[in-house]
Order: sequence, then structure tokens, then C-alpha cells
Amino acid sequence: MSTETLSLGKALNLGLRRAMEDDPKVVLMGEDIGRLGGVFRITDGLQKDFGEDRVVDTPLAEAGILGTAVGLAMRGYRPVCEIQFDGFVFPAYNQLVTQVAKIHARSRGKLPMPIVVRIPFGGGIGAVEHHSESPEAYFAHTAGLKVVAVSNPVDAYWGIQQAIAAPDPVVFLEPKRRYWEKASVDRDATPGPLFASRVVRGGDDVTVLAYGPMVKTVLQAAEAAAEEGRSLEVVDLRTLSPLDLEPVYDSVRRTGRCVVVHEAPLTLGLGAEIAARVTETCFHSLEAPVLRVGGYDTPYPPSKLEEEYLPDLDRVLDAVDRSLAF
Amino acid sequence: MTALQQATEVVDPVPGADAPHLPTPPDLVQLLTPEGQRLEHPDYSIDVSADELRSLYRDLALVRRWDVEATALQRQGELGIWASLLGQEAAQVGAGRALRPDDMAFPTYREHGVAWTRDVDPLHVMSLFRGSDMGGWDPLATRFNLYTVVIGAQCLHATGYAMGLQRDGAESAALAFLGDGATSQGEVNEALIWATTFDAPVVFFCQYNQYAISVPIERQSNVPLYQRAAGFGLPGVRVDGNDVLAVLAVTRAALAAAREGQGPTFIEAFTYRMGAHTTSDDPTRYRLASELEAWKLRDPIARVKAYLSRSGLADPAFFAAVDAEGDELAARLRQGVLGMADPAGTEIFDSVYAEMTPPLAQQRAEFVAYHQGFES
Repeated sequence: MSTETLSLGKALNLGLRRAMEDDPKVVLMGEDIGRLGGVFRITDGLQKDFGEDRVVDTPLAEAGILGTAVGLAMRGYRPVCEIQFDGFVFPAYNQLVTQVAKIHARSRGKLPMPIVVRIPFGGGIGAVEHHSESPEAYFAHTAGLKVVAVSNPVDAYWGIQQAIAAPDPVVFLEPKRRYWEKASVDRDATPGPLFASRVVRGGDDVTVLAYGPMVKTVLQAAEAAAEEGRSLEVVDLRTLSPLDLEPVYDSVRRTGRCVVVHEAPLTLGLGAEIAARVTETCFHSLEAPVLRVGGYDTPYPPSKLEEEYLPDLDRVLDAVDRSLAF
Repeated sequence: MTALQQATEVVDPVPGADAPHLPTPPDLVQLLTPEGQRLEHPDYSIDVSADELRSLYRDLALVRRWDVEATALQRQGELGIWASLLGQEAAQVGAGRALRPDDMAFPTYREHGVAWTRDVDPLHVMSLFRGSDMGGWDPLATRFNLYTVVIGAQCLHATGYAMGLQRDGAESAALAFLGDGATSQGEVNEALIWATTFDAPVVFFCQYNQYAISVPIERQSNVPLYQRAAGFGLPGVRVDGNDVLAVLAVTRAALAAAREGQGPTFIEAFTYRMGAHTTSDDPTRYRLASELEAWKLRDPIARVKAYLSRSGLADPAFFAAVDAEGDELAARLRQGVLGMADPAGTEIFDSVYAEMTPPLAQQRAEFVAYHQGFES
């Protein structure tokens, strides 16, 4: 193996392949993931190489995917479920929230649930209703689930393997509009921990937090801000449950200012929780209230309006300005 | 006249009683009549020894004794709630005894009779209803899953487990329990679709106990439940759920077929919940007392006792011994429940994850510190 340039989607594909090679108990389940390779081709070629028992084209029933994954996990398998689009996770919501999340606690640890739920999430691809949503807060609110969101090919390659190896259920959010973004991936490297946030750009004036598709947006904003002499520190949260906020606290204690960015609607989104925690922990360091940039409290709009709905470079910079002006 | 009534042969098994409309053979597999008379069935013959018959009777009687004691304990405030199985003993003991040790059962929250056949300690079931835990037994060691409260969700678990058995090349099967109300759940219908498309070794055992809490079958289905199976492409069998021999025979055959790779079966066990839905329910609001009286004449235990007595396979001393054993069991359970320690508060944190998260560890520490604050 070596270092090569991979798209985020291809990195996921290779990560899944490696996980399946490493552990014969890994089983992929989902709609159209076999012969077609998934609607985003993330599982391309895997059924051909691993067979129909390990890459399962399921009936079109999301509750069925998650519910049977529970039974397979009880037999010692490690199901990796693909939900075709974010808005299609809700038929599986009952199984995910009342069963997958709770069985470890219900059984006092006797029934581990090492299930991964892969969900392409977020907007920006000009799609119809239910193909652009950001449902992460529902899952981060649910005890028993862990939730991660990758932003780049390196994290995609290692993160999917780490999520599959994890002993707990992991909702693995893939930024679908970034599937085609490329980066250099060293497949012999030693990855950092999955459940950890990471400072991806150093800065002194404002701490800006993002995850998944918004990391790139925020990094672009930081670049633009730098041209105006403003130094943004950017943190890729990476893990949404559990949150890893120590690096955030360290940063905010230096900058005194914090902006959280996500595509999901603002009200009771991840930003609300983070703002509360940063305020509790860094109260005496804060020069301004923690500000949030997010989707509006509306259903995800028709795609002709999604540019107005989604946070972009300008809305991030606007929040930075407001924070600095406070 | 409803479609259900048209589709089933309407008879009154007890002349003069206000009985519900009951199906009869051949639509209903029955090997022991309510009067305790042995019948033969062309598809389901069963050869039971005298020992086995007596042991079935013992299971039925002890499970009922346990249930009665649990209801009493709830009334005395020692259990938070109890879901009584009264009247469904034969369905549960028959299905449970059909399982082999390596088969796996997926119960609802009422399958105490199946738990009994899996050697689950009744106290581990009662601790759930007391509120001490979510069920204290080991689901993998006993091959009896923890109770699942969200209606029908376990049918998919059983199907997935059966898909695992297929992949393992194991010659065993999964047995999913559900009620008549659950057949309206989308997840149950999905489970039937998955089981048939993957030919999974799973048997669906539906106890049609006449009511989904208060709502009768007319609100769930306009065909008899067992007939629904055909649309999914699996065999559907209706068995007299109050006949332990018929249930045993039908479930054994279905499990054997599943283990042999012949795919799933849907069993409708036609029975009656003689008690309330739970101790919080009031069945007088939705059913007539005469209906219950009619079903008492179809009691699942009385017919076994009648058969054992009439055929000379058991004498009064045997029945007296079982009664005495039941009283000992009840005393042990009462003592066990009264002596049940409350769980430690920190337990709520300790099994949420296999790998505890730092934020939860912090909450746990704060919880401990908060409570220690009252001690000093």
C-alpha cells in the first residue's frame, strides 16, 4: 500500500473493503448496494468480491435493515447498514432509537451492538425532498448511539474502519456533496482516534467549529478572513456523540470567541449544545456570546433555494464579524 | 357479519353460553379437546409419553401459580406492574417446549411461560416488573432474548438472528413471539418479507388472544391471521392455543422445517387472555363477563388434567404434589421479590456503552459527588 490521491467516496470504498478483509464477520446491508454498488457507488465492486451473503441487497425497508442487523449482531456479526439518503433513515428510526441504542444497556452489557449505520447526509446537490437533510441531532440526543461525521478522504478511509471495529453502534455521517473531493491518503499511516475533534487550522481571533460538509466551507471562510487580516482557528469536530470539546475549550480560552457552523436547523441543533457547554466551561474567557450559523428552522427547501438555506462562506464571515464586533 | 366471521366456521362450543365465534377443525389444529379427549390430526401427530404429559402439566400448573403470585405481589405494591399470561399457558409452554436448546426465542413482554421452559429464573423476570432492572437473565446463555416492549420490533431481530444462523451453517432456528395487535405493525410485515425472501430459519408464533389491550381483531385484520401468511409466501397454520399438545406438535414441525432449510412458518395460536392486559388494565370496559366464563370452559390446564386423570396416567397424589410444588415456588418467589435489593444508582451509567464515553464518565462522577454531598 502507499500514498495515493483518493476521493472521499473511493476512500470509503477502500476502507470498507479493508474492514471486510480484516474481519469475516463484517456484513454490508442496504438498498442497491450489491450489483449497483450503491446509488453513490460507495460499495462498488464489493459484492462481486465478497459475495451476496456479505454484501446484502436488502428488501426496500429501512426498519428491516436495522432490525435484522440487531439479530445478526446477536450472532456475532458486525453489520454495516447503508441508509440510501438521510431522509430515509426515519422508517428505521424506531429500531435505531428503541432497540439498537438501548440493547447494550437493557442487557447490562451482555448483548453488544457493534452496528454501523452509514448515512449520506447534508445538502448542496440539487436534490428533491428528503435527499439533503441533516438528522444528526436526533441521534446525538439518543443515549447508546455514537455519532461521527467525516469531512475528508483521510478520515473517511480510517474512520469507517474504526467505526466498524468499535464495540458500540455508530451513526456514520458521510458528507454526500464532498464524495468527489480528493486528498492524499496514506494507507500505511497510523490513524488518530475516531472519537476526537481536531484543530485543522490554527488562528488567534475567533474559534470556528464545523463538521462534515461544513469543514471545507469554514476553511474557505478562514482563507478569506486571513486576507482581511483576521485569524480564524478552525476545529473539525469529527465526533458529535460523544462530543470532544477539550480542544475547543483550549482554543476558546485563547480566542475568547466561538462560532459553530452546521447545515442542520439551528433550534436544538448541535450548535445549541456546544454553545451551552462552551459557555459553562469558558465563561470567564468569552469576549462574545457563542454564535451559531445553521440551516433555518424550516423543512429543507426546494433545491433552487438551497444556496440561501445552507451556511456559506459569507454567512460564516458575517457571524465572525458579529462575534468580533460584540 | 364481518369478513372474519364469514371466513371462519362459526360455532358455539358451549351451548347456552355467550361464547365468541370459535374456529373448529380442520381449520384449527387440535389434539386435545377442551373436555380432555385426544384427537388425531392428519398432518400433526404427536407421540407423548406419560412422563412427558405429566411434565407438561407440571409446567402449565407451575407457570400459572407463578403468574397468580406475581399478580398478588403487584396488588400488594411489590411489583410496579405485571403482564399476566393467565389463559395462555398452553400456547407458551407448548411453544417453549418445542424449542431445542440451541434454538433462540424472541419474546414480547408476556412470555413468562416460555421463559420457564428456557430455565430462566422467574425472579429475573419479576425484577423487570419490580423496576429493579430490564430483565436480569442472560439472553445468550438461556437462548431467550430479553423482553421487547415496542410492539413487534423483536420479529425483525429474530429474522436477523436467523440470517446469522444461515451464515453460520447452524442447524437451529429462531422463534419470534408476537400478538394479534402486532400483526398491524409495519416492522412485523417487514420481518415476514425478509424471512421469506431470505428463506430464513425463523418461526413466527402469534398468540391471538382476542384483544390488543382493548381492541378486537376486527380492527387489525379482515381475514384470519394465519391466512395472511399466504400473501407473504409462507405456510400459515392455526392451532388451538389452549391445547398444549397441538401447540407443541405444530411448533415442533415448523421449527424442524426451518432448521432443515425449508424456510419460515407463521403460526396463529388461537387463545384467550383470561386476565387483564396488565395489572393497570380494566377489561370490564371492553368485554363481557360471560365471554370469560365461556373461555374458562376451554381452560388450557383443565383439559390436560382431565386427560391425565381419565386415562389413568396420573393419580390424585400427582396433582397434589404439583400443587404443593406450586406453593413452594410461590413462597420462594415472594421471598425473592421482597428481598430484592434496589440497584445502585450508578448502574444507569455503566452499561450505556461498551466503551464509556468521557462526557458520560463525567456525568457519572457528578452524580456520585452530588449524592455523596448528602452523606457528609
